[in-house]
Amino acid sequence: MTIMDTIKSAGFYLAVAVIVLVAVFPFYYAILTSFETGTALFEVNYVPSSLDWSNYATILNNGTFPRNVLNSLFVAATTVAFALFLAVTASYALARVRFRGRGLLLMTILAVSMFPQIAVLAGLFELIRFLNIYNTPWAMILSYTIFTLPFTVWVLTTFMRDLPLEIEEAAIVDGATPWVIITKVFLPLLWPALVTTGLLAFIGAWNEFLFALTFTSSETTRTVPVAIALLSGATQHETPWGTIMAASVLVTVPLIALVLIFQRKIVAGLTAGGVKG
Amino acid sequence: MTNAITTTARPAIERRQLNLQQQRVRAAFWFLAPMLVMLFLVAAWPLFRSIYFSFTNVTLNNLYAGEWIGFDNYLSWRTLSSGRTIWRGTLVDPAWWNAVWNTVRFSLVSVTIETILGLLVALVLNAEFKGRGLVRAAILIPWAIPTIVSAKMWSWMLNDQFGIINDMLLNLGLIDHKIAWTASVETAMVAVLIVDIWKTTPFMALLCLAGLQMIPRDIYEAAKVDGVHPLRVFFNVTLPLVRPALMVAVIFRMLDALRIFDLIYVLTPNSKATKTMSIISRENLIEFDKFAYGSAQSTLLFAIIAVFVAAYMWLGKLDLSGEGR
Repeated sequence: MTIMDTIKSAGFYLAVAVIVLVAVFPFYYAILTSFETGTALFEVNYVPSSLDWSNYATILNNGTFPRNVLNSLFVAATTVAFALFLAVTASYALARVRFRGRGLLLMTILAVSMFPQIAVLAGLFELIRFLNIYNTPWAMILSYTIFTLPFTVWVLTTFMRDLPLEIEEAAIVDGATPWVIITKVFLPLLWPALVTTGLLAFIGAWNEFLFALTFTSSETTRTVPVAIALLSGATQHETPWGTIMAASVLVTVPLIALVLIFQRKIVAGLTAGGVKG
Repeated sequence: MTNAITTTARPAIERRQLNLQQQRVRAAFWFLAPMLVMLFLVAAWPLFRSIYFSFTNVTLNNLYAGEWIGFDNYLSWRTLSSGRTIWRGTLVDPAWWNAVWNTVRFSLVSVTIETILGLLVALVLNAEFKGRGLVRAAILIPWAIPTIVSAKMWSWMLNDQFGIINDMLLNLGLIDHKIAWTASVETAMVAVLIVDIWKTTPFMALLCLAGLQMIPRDIYEAAKVDGVHPLRVFFNVTLPLVRPALMVAVIFRMLDALRIFDLIYVLTPNSKATKTMSIISRENLIEFDKFAYGSAQSTLLFAIIAVFVAAYMWLGKLDLSGEGR
């Protein structure tokens, strides 16, 4: 190995180290801060200096945070279940049946998922008031459909399109109806795709902020992102950084764990449709 | 799908095939109907109502008492007896144009930097080295963190008094006094850009990586054998081949950037330097009781994005539906 090669590989590993450090450091620092209280909070530390669980005790025992977590879980789970239920049949039709205007319909669905959400905020506000679900979880469940449904339809369609023709042909020759084909032939093959799509839609619903902020008005109906954004201290000018970081770590650790467990599938789901198009 | 039978076409078989196709199309219609009804309810109808509201003078507390006032929320003028003309409406509102400029500036800068950094990270990850899986897992972390959480994390790190970023920069001697990153007008946009780039570069990198991995390895080996300079390989082979994937990634990111709301709402609230179209629309809609005026602004944002998408797809000859494969 020449000197040039050594420098090259050293430079390469330096680049790798910088990428990892930049990606991980902010969250590491949030964890560090979440274990600090009082004056320790206001001294800059690069390595852990204290292990004080009181921020976690504060966030879990006082206030509405546990309630907000339950709200988020309920909203995200219901939204995803609903979207997947509608998307399985719809994506079968879009992926496996030829009909006029299919391309246009697919483009429309993609367009809806790319919508600026603010463009429908006024109309949704009216609809939610009309349905009398303002300040309830149902307001979020209804409004989140605007991005979870097109997304799930889109990803499941690209997945189903790639399945070979033959698996369906035998069933058609046997005279199976489209409904039987979906439930007996496709659904068993779809499970992996359903898990990935569901997980991505769940993360999207869990993180949503604009609708949750606009369609709730009391602390007990807020979802987690709104609760964290509006968490305030004893006085208006004092931001409770310790408890904010504790809350942030609590809601992020499960998410990171899920993402790392399913990382291969998630990468595949994210790139489905996008790269192949 | 119907050409499973390739023997000489007999009328009976043809009729059966026709029936089968008809049956499938009919079933497809019923399979699509619930989804379409739902999308109409949560997307098309609210969009229509928002656009309608923008031509009225309704208020937040009384959505049904408004009157049709035409384009007055967008632009109206009145000539006074003195001959002076007074212009009113969003299109002559400096606050709106400030928001448009902020949004465009933010989108162009963030997407450009994210694309370049994403491509670089993807090139690093595309090389074979020990611990590649771990590195890929590490870069997924910023993506997995909720936007609101990353905004809070960074506003703590960028805190003017106790923030670790100021501390680092002071220790390195890069600055000589603490900077109020999120509060001062000059640096607020930089702060937003830093957080957005940190959070979204991984997404870009993963999309680019997927594109890179579809390039056959033997192309590189051939180039290596011929002794072509790596930079030339990158610009003449890698970039053209990864371009379709890159184009799609860029438009997805661009659409996301143009509608940015949550990061700015939390990181730099009420800063004029970072107020975007989404922020100003929501302010008018919900907080300032100018519901119709806010609807006009959100309608304009929708129109801008629609024109942008149409132009991009037309210029780039993109086929996002995947039908043309």
